Amino acid sequence: MINWLANPARFTRISTRTLPWCGWGAVVVIAAGLYWSLMLAPPDYQQGDTVRIMFIHVPAAWMALNVYLLVAVASAVALVWRHPLAEIAARAAAPIGAGFTLICLATGSLWGRPMWGAWWVWDARLTSVLILFFLYLGYMALVNAFDDPSRGGKAGSVLALVGVVNLPIIKFSVDWWNTLHQPASVMRLGGPKIDTSMLVPLLIMAAGFLLLFLALLLLRMRTILNERKAMALRLNAETPSSRAPRAAMVATHPGAE
Amino acid sequence: MAAFIGLFRRDLRLALRQGGDAGLVLGFFVLAVVLFPLGVGPEPAVLQRIGAGIVWVAALLAALLSLDRLFEADYHDGGLDLLALSSLPLEFAVLAKCAAHWVATGLPLALISPSLALLVGLDPAEIVILALSLLIGTPALSLIGSVAAALTLGARRQGIVLSILVLPLYIPPLVFGAGAVEASVAGMDARAYLLILAALSLAALAFCPWASAAALRQALE
Repeated sequence: MINWLANPARFTRISTRTLPWCGWGAVVVIAAGLYWSLMLAPPDYQQGDTVRIMFIHVPAAWMALNVYLLVAVASAVALVWRHPLAEIAARAAAPIGAGFTLICLATGSLWGRPMWGAWWVWDARLTSVLILFFLYLGYMALVNAFDDPSRGGKAGSVLALVGVVNLPIIKFSVDWWNTLHQPASVMRLGGPKIDTSMLVPLLIMAAGFLLLFLALLLLRMRTILNERKAMALRLNAETPSSRAPRAAMVATHPGAE
Repeated sequence: MAAFIGLFRRDLRLALRQGGDAGLVLGFFVLAVVLFPLGVGPEPAVLQRIGAGIVWVAALLAALLSLDRLFEADYHDGGLDLLALSSLPLEFAVLAKCAAHWVATGLPLALISPSLALLVGLDPAEIVILALSLLIGTPALSLIGSVAAALTLGARRQGIVLSILVLPLYIPPLVFGAGAVEASVAGMDARAYLLILAALSLAALAFCPWASAAALRQALE
């Protein structure tokens, strides 16, 4: 399977067919999820309508974590099997993950102001998610910091794997420390603690965010592949006039190339 | 083992002699701490409250400034290639370099921290905790920093990329290091914080040489 997908031409063919489904699927599912969560779902008995922020905040947080996991797994695959598309997938996924992390932090801050009375508190969950955001930024900075893209990809892969230590810290921060952020109420042993009328729109929004992520990922991967193709074409298609002096230079200085 | 000790002594000698980088790092550390009372005002109550955090943040920045010394010169003059080819495993070479880096930066920082703690008005009991927390925590700074230093070898705008990579990873030692002193200011036992700090340093000792060596290998490819 891994080798079968390693062919960029095959990937382009498959993604051409799946991309519209993901993109339009995301539009439809997120529209339905937004209508359900903003109009149909009941207001919370304590939080009132503020609870509706949760329908965006929680799926964004899930995506922020899982996209990082995907970046890390793709990085491991790229390092171990030198899989050409895995490195591109990691590179393409990171900015999307950073976007989801930013959405998560921003919506959390908007919710925190009326509920906790503060835009930001320094508890373990918020701090560790902020670190996740910086890890994404660091990965993006490192990947683009080298003239040779493959060197940047490898350095980024090592960094992504180092950053995995942060994921369990985020997940369990609400259990290990006495945080202001509430503990898990959906992904927990003994089933979700959240009422069905709110759980359904939440899961729809999560599905919509997942489709949106897949669409953006495929789009970005195709863009990176096209960029590489364009770069290779440009290098090959040097005009004869520019090639002649270089050939002469190589002839007189054999070590120059 | 002889190669390990030889590399350690060579790096230490270079750090202590060559233009006195180690002294510069200490000077930066002192200056950074001195700036805070001038910035936030000299009230003893405020300074005592934030003193430990100031000293720890200054220590982080001082460690960060000296990280480029770890591999940069050896990378450019080809010494790193020879290290990679030598019989000493690259992981141990990283460990020797980190040890030398710590002796030249982390250890002096911890040793002069008591005099800086006096400047920010900490009590004797807290000064002991602060020096102890720096002594336990700074090895983690050198080891974590080595990963970032190895990853950014040959990068464009290396300094800024290095700080973006390394500062988020320095947050855990900072939280527990400054937390130890704060706990003792609040009259609680600082032992738990110091133990977690020691755990961080030990985990970094076990894990970071592998990551740094992997990063160095792909930098040398």
